[in-house]
Amino acid sequence: MPGTLLQTPLHDRHVELGARMVPFAGWEMPVQYEGVIPEHRVVRTDAGVFDVSHMGELEVEGPHARELLQGALSNDLDRLSPGEAQYTLLMNEEGGIVDDLVVYRVGEHAYLLVVNAANREADYGWLKEREIRGSDVRDVSDDCALLAVQGPRAIERLGLPPAPSFTFAETSLDGIEVMVNRTGYTGEDGCELLCMTEDAVPLWDAVLERGAVPCGLGARDTLRLEVCYPLHGNDIGPETDAISAGLGWLCALDKEFEGADVLRRIKADGPEHRLVAFVMEEKAIPRQGMPILVGENGGGGEVTSGSHSPMLDVGIGLGYVPASQARPGTELTIDVRGRPRRARVVKKPIYEREG
Amino acid sequence: VAAAESYPDDLQYHEEHDWARVEGGEAALGITWFAADALGELVHFEPPEVGSTVTKGQSYGEVESVKAVSDVIAPLSGEVLAVNQQVVDAPETVNEDPYGNGWLIRIRLADAGETDALLDAAAYRQVLADQ
Repeated sequence: MPGTLLQTPLHDRHVELGARMVPFAGWEMPVQYEGVIPEHRVVRTDAGVFDVSHMGELEVEGPHARELLQGALSNDLDRLSPGEAQYTLLMNEEGGIVDDLVVYRVGEHAYLLVVNAANREADYGWLKEREIRGSDVRDVSDDCALLAVQGPRAIERLGLPPAPSFTFAETSLDGIEVMVNRTGYTGEDGCELLCMTEDAVPLWDAVLERGAVPCGLGARDTLRLEVCYPLHGNDIGPETDAISAGLGWLCALDKEFEGADVLRRIKADGPEHRLVAFVMEEKAIPRQGMPILVGENGGGGEVTSGSHSPMLDVGIGLGYVPASQARPGTELTIDVRGRPRRARVVKKPIYEREG
Repeated sequence: VAAAESYPDDLQYHEEHDWARVEGGEAALGITWFAADALGELVHFEPPEVGSTVTKGQSYGEVESVKAVSDVIAPLSGEVLAVNQQVVDAPETVNEDPYGNGWLIRIRLADAGETDALLDAAAYRQVLADQ
């Protein structure tokens, strides 16, 4: 729907800071302020803050909320105690990925799902359709704002106590009530701060006052790509199964959930294709959709995410290749707008902080 | 550090945001501050081969930032005499110094008369103002 982009409660703040605003998943979002590369580097070395209020929040509550979610999500919800969070997949019957999300156990019988902006309605509809007596699914996205504060100094700058990753706590930050989630999408330490929509501006101001640097979706994408976190819609989707995507570790195949049978079979037979990480060995930047050529008769593949790595100063990407070509060290050829350029499969993550 | 916006008077411009510095029968070519700023920090320059021919109004290479790829349009036709290796090795040079160290290629002009159709700095600024 052109002309009807949604805005987060921080829209005016972004414009005041000189952000370049772009359409993303139906929202008008900051892609960069100073520039993708300096924003990327500040998250790797200090602390950056991202407005990710476009993401969706779904509440699932009731004595049978667990049962509903356990049948829809790939990971084992029973490993989750109140106060803990888990990365998991919403699955379809074919073993495809409706969405990837983080589920927070906020009470004995209450869960909060933080989902991709583009899938908010699909996820809500998916769960609503599967609602059972004693479970209630609500979309509370409009009530919430979400700030990701990420980087090795993020927690220190916010004055928060240390806590294990994938835990959360309700607390107050500079007088604002927040849920502090020790999660993120950058491969760095840090947290995601969930607050009420009306508190978004004061919370943003407080986080900037504490020295976190505003960062846009451009840096968010290069950061997640360096650490090989998949992006739904690029690297994974309803047509890609979790095993081929390398997300078998999120699938509790000893429990029953939609698509589990298909995944068990793919796991037993071995997938035909695998999502691999690669690094360019010649000067070139891989981009989504570029063909990957492998050997004389090795078949082909496709780049699903590609960019320039600000930390390694080289082209990097993710893409599906025939399983026989997925071993680290395998040489690939990327078709860069008609020019064949050499790349090599590497172990994930592509970038790892020293020490 | 990215340069401040400028469009020097001693250059000639093409509306696709390219510039030419014509000296005798040769010209240095590059992209304008506007183009470099719109792309953001450049991380790749895909140059033409020395000895190949570029044609006015057509792409002779590509420049890329983290987020975007853009063709580079030749403001003039001619044979490629040199490629700026400094930009190949450090593409951000274009953002730092678009009209100096950030030149992209040198060509021998095929038709000196083509320069008549280029814009002066004032006319190019008007193109930007009209966008």
